[in-house]
Amino acid sequence: MTVTTTTNRLDELLRRITGDEKHAPSAHSTLDVIWVLYDRVLQVAPDRVGDPDRDRFLLSKGHGPAAFYAVLAAKGFIPEDWLDDVAGPESRLGHHPDRLLVPGVEIGSGSLGHGLGLGVGTALGLRAQGLTTPRVYVLVGDAELDEGSNHEAIAYAGATGLDTITAVVIDNQSTTHGWPGGITSSSQIRATAELSPHVEAAWVRPWLGPFGFHGWSSATVDGRDHDAIERALKSHEPGRPHVVVAVVETKE
Amino acid sequence: MRETFVDTATRLLDDDPRTAVVLADISAVAFEPAARRHPDRVLNMGIREQLMVGVAGGLALTGLRPIVHSYATFVVDRAYEQIKLDIGHQGVGAILVSVGASYDGSTAGRTHMSPGDVALFDTLDGWTVHVPGHAGEVAPLLIAAAEHDEPVYIRLSTHHNSAPRPATGLQTIKRGQRAVVVAVGPMLDTVLAATEGLDVTVAYTNTPRPFDVRGLRALGHHDVVMVEPYLAGTSSAVLAEALRDVPSRVLGLGVGRADLHRYGSPKDHARWHGLDAAGLRRSISEFVN
Repeated sequence: MTVTTTTNRLDELLRRITGDEKHAPSAHSTLDVIWVLYDRVLQVAPDRVGDPDRDRFLLSKGHGPAAFYAVLAAKGFIPEDWLDDVAGPESRLGHHPDRLLVPGVEIGSGSLGHGLGLGVGTALGLRAQGLTTPRVYVLVGDAELDEGSNHEAIAYAGATGLDTITAVVIDNQSTTHGWPGGITSSSQIRATAELSPHVEAAWVRPWLGPFGFHGWSSATVDGRDHDAIERALKSHEPGRPHVVVAVVETKE
Repeated sequence: MRETFVDTATRLLDDDPRTAVVLADISAVAFEPAARRHPDRVLNMGIREQLMVGVAGGLALTGLRPIVHSYATFVVDRAYEQIKLDIGHQGVGAILVSVGASYDGSTAGRTHMSPGDVALFDTLDGWTVHVPGHAGEVAPLLIAAAEHDEPVYIRLSTHHNSAPRPATGLQTIKRGQRAVVVAVGPMLDTVLAATEGLDVTVAYTNTPRPFDVRGLRALGHHDVVMVEPYLAGTSSAVLAEALRDVPSRVLGLGVGRADLHRYGSPKDHARWHGLDAAGLRRSISEFVN
């Protein structure tokens, strides 16, 4: 495994947002995944934010968007000086991103459980217009999956084989009640008594309960390992939606 | 009205590649012929209303014009946050078309009633609300809505007037002196029966939002009775604002807040809420005398 630290440049941009010299970049659970997406995966650029053929990145887990803003600045979507006054009265950047205020931001988010529905709709809209190249990536948190609305989208995309969408779950083990089998491992299910056999059979797979149950392909990776993240993001297959679980440090 | 809606939406799917219909099982059978021709633009989510509205937001983000359809209580009440955030906050539009209205589904009980839907749209910005009074008003309203990208709610009912009045502004039906009685959508024929022999103006609109303030003020009345087939008083704030510079009196008649815990027919519910001709006549007479 190769653990690649993010560039000093990103660290500097993050410090500009947080004003915090001591906080390690690892405090930003989404940082490495979003960097790899923008650096190696997404077909999008500052001069393509209105291009119908661009890939779409939807940050569903809208809170704690510092890493997202830092990457957007590093990649030239927004001026760096926007980072100096996040959530100020004149700032275009808030504690949840607003698509009407920030170039390159595909959805306004914050209330949990909206990104996957919007993502499924985006994928369907692109398909209906014959735009078969772009892919839709939706970043959610493991605790965000508590919201029932996600499961409507997960079930529908799985049942209809919507293969142009990739969900990226940042798993910092922050969900209050956990998932049977954990969100990424099958160990916990052994301690969960009284599950019906077919449920255990579905969830005991070595990848995510709800996604696996509905037929998504999946890959679970170290959420700090850039090469592994890239491989996982590119390992989608025809005929089914794809999920990447990026495991990071447990939320304190 | 529902059949006219399905026919018109089907025609729009054939004629305008920008349109898409999003369903949550309700009316899915009626859209089957369209779905066979346009499998990528007739999208049935199954019984998933949050997803239905979220998907509409996503479709609109790619430039399509989604037409979303279910019972009012499912497409509006249940998916309210998706309407607020996945459509409104994203800066996109959609056409939401409901059936069931306030108590068309009276035999199904309170779970299938939505008297509060229009009031919910009053908490949001920019929505046009159409409440057609006749099937003949549905097609022009839907076709016009499909031509732009703004948010539009169309509230269909099994209750209707004897003749269509497709214009969207406030229309004067008869003139009188004592007050104006504004009938919204399917309430018109009942209002006309209720006001027979009363010296009042009767006006009609199938578009309570944005309310035709100019049309109302042109009538010159300062005493206004609003008869709405949804929650009583929904338009009272709009009327107070419209008449803020003149002494005025406003009576808002509509469906009561109480969950009656009763089944029966829509006619029974109209009577219980004072929205039958006799009930309206009592309320209006008391107001003008």
